Amino acid sequence: MSAPLWTFNGGVHPPQHKNESNRETTRPARLPKRLILPLHQHIGEAAKPAVQIGERVLKGQVIAHAEGYVSAALHAPTSGTVSDIGDYPVPHPSGLSATCIVIDSDGEDRWVERPAKQDYTQIDPSHLRNMIREAGIVGLGGAGFPSFIKLNPGTDKRIDTLILNGVECEPYITCDDRLMRERPREIIAGLHIMRHALHARECIIAIEDNKPEAYEVMCQALAGEPDIRVALLPTVYPQGSEKQLIKVVTGKEVPSNGLPLHIGIVMHNVGTAYAVYRAIEQGEPLISRYVTVTGDGVKQPRNLEVLFGTSVLDLLEECDVDLGDTDRVIIGGPMMGFALHTVNAPVVKTVNCVLATTTTALPKPQPAMPCIRCGACMDACPVNLLPQQLYWYAHAKDFHRIQEYNLFDCIECGCCSYVCPSHIPLVQYYRFAKAEIWAQEREKDKAELARKRYDFRQQRLDREKAERASRLHKKKRELHGAEPTADEAAADKPDKKAAILAALERARAKREGGNDSTPIDKDAP
Amino acid sequence: MLEAIIALAVLALVFGLVLGFAAIRFKVEGDPLVDKIDAVLPQTQCGQCSFPGCRPYAEAIAKGEADINQCPPGGEAGIRALAELLGVEPKPLSAEHGEEKPAPTVAIIDETTCIGCTLCIQACPVDAILGAAKQMHTVIAQECTGCELCVPPCPVDCITMVEVKQGIASWKWPSPAEQLDASPQTDKQRQQA
Repeated sequence: MSAPLWTFNGGVHPPQHKNESNRETTRPARLPKRLILPLHQHIGEAAKPAVQIGERVLKGQVIAHAEGYVSAALHAPTSGTVSDIGDYPVPHPSGLSATCIVIDSDGEDRWVERPAKQDYTQIDPSHLRNMIREAGIVGLGGAGFPSFIKLNPGTDKRIDTLILNGVECEPYITCDDRLMRERPREIIAGLHIMRHALHARECIIAIEDNKPEAYEVMCQALAGEPDIRVALLPTVYPQGSEKQLIKVVTGKEVPSNGLPLHIGIVMHNVGTAYAVYRAIEQGEPLISRYVTVTGDGVKQPRNLEVLFGTSVLDLLEECDVDLGDTDRVIIGGPMMGFALHTVNAPVVKTVNCVLATTTTALPKPQPAMPCIRCGACMDACPVNLLPQQLYWYAHAKDFHRIQEYNLFDCIECGCCSYVCPSHIPLVQYYRFAKAEIWAQEREKDKAELARKRYDFRQQRLDREKAERASRLHKKKRELHGAEPTADEAAADKPDKKAAILAALERARAKREGGNDSTPIDKDAP
Repeated sequence: MLEAIIALAVLALVFGLVLGFAAIRFKVEGDPLVDKIDAVLPQTQCGQCSFPGCRPYAEAIAKGEADINQCPPGGEAGIRALAELLGVEPKPLSAEHGEEKPAPTVAIIDETTCIGCTLCIQACPVDAILGAAKQMHTVIAQECTGCELCVPPCPVDCITMVEVKQGIASWKWPSPAEQLDASPQTDKQRQQA
């Protein structure tokens, strides 16, 4: 099953820390009393609530509809009552709150009526995509992009390769590892469904060689399916990033600002394939996921199958975490994750790992020293950017030049910060610059709108002025008596102009002299 | 001698014709400089610059009748952008025209107090207030520029300016440089140095 592999430049080899959490079989997390479900758990528009406060909901029932094309629906993870729709803390680096639907569970965990199993090969790909959209499935690797869009290549595109991403390159995280070991057949079934939707020519499942058990299990499950191959890749971070993995597996490079689709490749996470299987074959929408709870602050690190909306605190308690010892609780891995402001935030679709650390294992970042231009960041960058230059321009807030150095190709993997001998938080600078540029764009749009409104108002005012003047003139003429003949009208022309001017003058005098806003013709005879 | 004069005269004539033709053929409608300045201005239309809107201010700058530091909503960044565009030195914001607001604001009408007099509607430079005579008025928040022009005309003082609430969508990563500068530890280190 071996095929040639390529490499990408740079990358780092941080300590793996995977063995702590990948030994035990995944079990469902305890059913929480209260679930908090943010409406925005994916890239795109937030979902729109479809339930009222006080309404009874069943497990799997739609509680919020997808709003617009790039969006995903939301389902009740268990049965219970909607007790509130309002702002609650969400897992986000800002620590801000966002609109959530709160469900108080009734403990029965009663399912809504599920559709009967269908043969996916008989379903039209477009209908299949709709089913996946309705099931609220988003990319479970971490970004949360609605999956049905990535299963829609368009009529003119041919998909050569469908890659399932089981690389899981971030240290500590093992949820995909456990999923592949425990649910290989379901993942492969999901892969078949995706392949049917895309008409993909070949399928590859990519796994790093630090997960030999998962590789063995997947190979065994694929016995008798020669057209799907498993690629075993040497471990390097950030190999799980989409563009880097495509380079390694196929040797092709996704162009800057381009999509894998443009070169005939589609990639999905193994977790997404499992979710697709459950949605199509079992009629179960996306209401739970595998989450790794690990870190040296966790006494029983393991993977749990967690219902969305379960609070991080519940998970930490279930895995025996002493919050007094814990320094930070990180969502995601140590390289790309962010520290939570409150452990009351819920698990959402994009949360793959909860990392509770003490200061001994993951020390606080050291104070930044000046850049010594050593170039280590450049050697480590997997996107072949110039991190030093980006850093200088971000520091100087030169947001024009920084884009010339392709800031938006940065995948924020953190390799540059990891290798920096001066401990400069480089990725923070790039995130800051990106956010500033986006904010400037928004301000520009807003200014453009204001300009349009202002111009329109000026036009309206001019028009109204002219209309008022002509009305006044007409009334005046009616007062003076008979209709003028054609000759008179011709002769009147200069007078007409004078009358309009006079009317304008009067109007202006009135407006300047008077304190009022009274329309002028009210006083006219 | 004569040949040279003739040759030069012919050349002058030819180039004159070419330039004359180009001046008519490629004539630029409007003033591109005014457009460029207007594009830099924040379009708040607040009139704090002492001109009745952003475009009139842009025209005045282009004519040299106004200075570049009269726009408080644009702030320091706006002055820098104007200075760069016009090739002059940036200068601090002129105090007589007002101060830069720390955060963007938006007008809110207290609808229980509003008497429906339409005065604010007439004052709004971007038609962002909805209402009619003796009907309750309300501000279209997305279109409000926060210019505050509606506040003084209100006879019952029912309009207040509130800071735009920051949501996750508009949240920005803070600058690590500023975070470090703000930390007391760095200050101490600086003092020691």
